[in-house]
Amino acid sequence: MASLRVKVWRGAAQGAFQRFEVPRHESQTVLDVITYIQRHLDASLAYRFACRVGMCGSCAMTVNGVARWTCRTHVDAVAEGGALEVAPLGHLPVIRDLVTDMAPFFDKWARARGQFQGARSRHDDFARIAPDDPDRRQVDAGIECIGCGVCYAACDLVAWNPAYLGPAALNRAWTLACDARDVGNRERLRAVGGDAGCHACHTQMGCTERCPKKLSPTAGIAGLKRALAHAALKGTL
Amino acid sequence: MNARGETLLWLVQRASAAVLAFCVLVHLATIIVAVQGGLSAAEILGRTRGNVAGLVFYTTFVIAAAVHAPIGLRATLGEWLGWRGASRDVALVLFAALLAGLGLRAVAGVFGGAA
Amino acid sequence: MHRLSGILLALFLPVHFWALSQSLQGAAQFDRFLAWTTLPAVKFAEWGIVVLLAAHLAGGLRLLVLEFLPWRDWQKRLAAAAAALALAVGLAFALAL
Repeated sequence: MASLRVKVWRGAAQGAFQRFEVPRHESQTVLDVITYIQRHLDASLAYRFACRVGMCGSCAMTVNGVARWTCRTHVDAVAEGGALEVAPLGHLPVIRDLVTDMAPFFDKWARARGQFQGARSRHDDFARIAPDDPDRRQVDAGIECIGCGVCYAACDLVAWNPAYLGPAALNRAWTLACDARDVGNRERLRAVGGDAGCHACHTQMGCTERCPKKLSPTAGIAGLKRALAHAALKGTL
Repeated sequence: MNARGETLLWLVQRASAAVLAFCVLVHLATIIVAVQGGLSAAEILGRTRGNVAGLVFYTTFVIAAAVHAPIGLRATLGEWLGWRGASRDVALVLFAALLAGLGLRAVAGVFGGAA
Repeated sequence: MHRLSGILLALFLPVHFWALSQSLQGAAQFDRFLAWTTLPAVKFAEWGIVVLLAAHLAGGLRLLVLEFLPWRDWQKRLAAAAAALALAVGLAFALAL
């Protein structure tokens, strides 16, 4: 039976890669490999997963240098010469081994005003929005984000600019900016237009390339830039 | 810098980029045409000195460049050297002044003189 | 690529401007300077600068397209890159003449 030579990050910010040999199977995913290690080789390995079918985004890690969902990454697709290197998701503090602290990611989400702010109560009528309304289309294009953090790990600017809000937070801000029911847009634009906001994006498109749900934060960020430009010129910022 | 400031910088950057795209194409075409058959100071200056259209075009070119380059460098300095804050902006304003100064001096030298 | 070419161009510009302002000193000085530019090393540097410029321009056009035009397929990016590449090649050729 063939074997895989797997290097797995152990430790936190300081640490090292530990080597394991794992039996190779057909249609094996990287998550299968990590699970095998924890169950049969080293029970002290810490890692996260939940659905294991590509729906929740919990299993995101860095595989051979690239941020991916490990449950959706077939070993055959990434094991170069039978070798694998698994590290925690990039650009986030490491709690232990393959587990990262997602707090900074979600803090930035909040700072980008990624929360819906409505003005109606249950006593008002429903908001009526046509599905083919162009603004609604923009929202639909970005709404499926489940906050897995892969785009954040894939973005060079997150590494170069520690305060940069990041593609996911900005993408969410854009879907809310286009949402006709939301009334908090003025503060939102102010929040995303500062020194660490959408202008830090240089359209390198690492986020769009890596998003497992095929979203395009780059498009959302471009939309925010245009919205900010309009607002600044009109004086409504 | 706040949202308004950053947005205006971004707008200026994109606008100057569009101006430069046009100016660069014209400039390169001109140089290629002018260089046919060799260069000589007398030849060139004979054609450019006192040329008002050229003066206006190149002044625009210089100003667009003096604005575009520092704003671009601002992002790169912040991201690769971690240089942020007021000192970066001051340094870049000085660089812009340097570019504008040298550039306008060159324009005056090449296009100035009696028509 | 875009930012590296930008940095190098930004460094080159003051030199370019300074050289041209030599013309203020009069025709003779300018002639001596022009003679210097025929050196192969200088020609190569000039060619390099033009290529950098074309690359930077291509990246910039791509940026402008992605940021300002309604979000569609990114074959636009390919078109901009192709156009700029053609420009760069053409220019390199023309300068080499």
